[in-house]
Amino acid sequence: MSSPMRIRAAETGGVADVRVLMAHPMETGMRRDAAGAVIPRHYITEVTARVGDRVVMTAHWSPGVSTNPFLQFRVRGVSKGQQLSVTWRDSRGDTRTDQTAIT
Amino acid sequence: MSMNRRKALQATGGVGVLGMFVAAGVITPQEARAQAAAARNAAAFDAKDLNGVVRAFGADSAAPSAAISITGPDIAENGAVVPVGATTTLPNVQMIALLVEKNPAPLAAAFMTTPDMEPFVATRVKMGQTSDVYALVRADGRLHMAKREIKVTLGGCGG
Repeated sequence: MSSPMRIRAAETGGVADVRVLMAHPMETGMRRDAAGAVIPRHYITEVTARVGDRVVMTAHWSPGVSTNPFLQFRVRGVSKGQQLSVTWRDSRGDTRTDQTAIT
Repeated sequence: MSMNRRKALQATGGVGVLGMFVAAGVITPQEARAQAAAARNAAAFDAKDLNGVVRAFGADSAAPSAAISITGPDIAENGAVVPVGATTTLPNVQMIALLVEKNPAPLAAAFMTTPDMEPFVATRVKMGQTSDVYALVRADGRLHMAKREIKVTLGGCGG
């Protein structure tokens, strides 16, 4: 089971500044372990952010995004108390959604 | 069949899944176009150089634009974790992509923006060596770009 994302969404003037820290190894498939074996590729391929049910951002990633990815974006037309959820899907087909109320 | 449905079917390749959904009335033509536009561009992620990424996004070239600004350090101490961001004053932004030119696969991230999003993104990328970092912005269907050199003292691809 993956670790929860940390999401902060702070609204001023109807715009939420959203910062997300995800827990994920984001392996490129180019590293080797101590025994010399290749560590397989394993990375978040897609991130989706929603306010309530409305998709506000879709991102496609490569393993070039750093381990334990950080993401920041800004959403318009929001108000405090709305639910901001972030979903990631990775190259193994695993997925995770976390959410927070916009403050 | 309505004109909108006919055009949407053409846009989604006719017999593709989205085309079928539109023909069946399951999703609207607008939703089909939006989904097709927001889908992952595998060719862009496989491209080995900047030009390959630009061509995969359907352009011959990307016009340099002073309306795009890239944030990031001048020197990254740790190439595994380099904070970079991009923002633009161009209107009708559809995509912001971040590329590290000298990485084996330059395209690191493509953000498919919606009108609900401000045209701004920030993340952290891996840089194998000192390189130009590019922001490609698709606005009003056209591709624009800006670049910023980030020096790397300790490369970030591991191994």
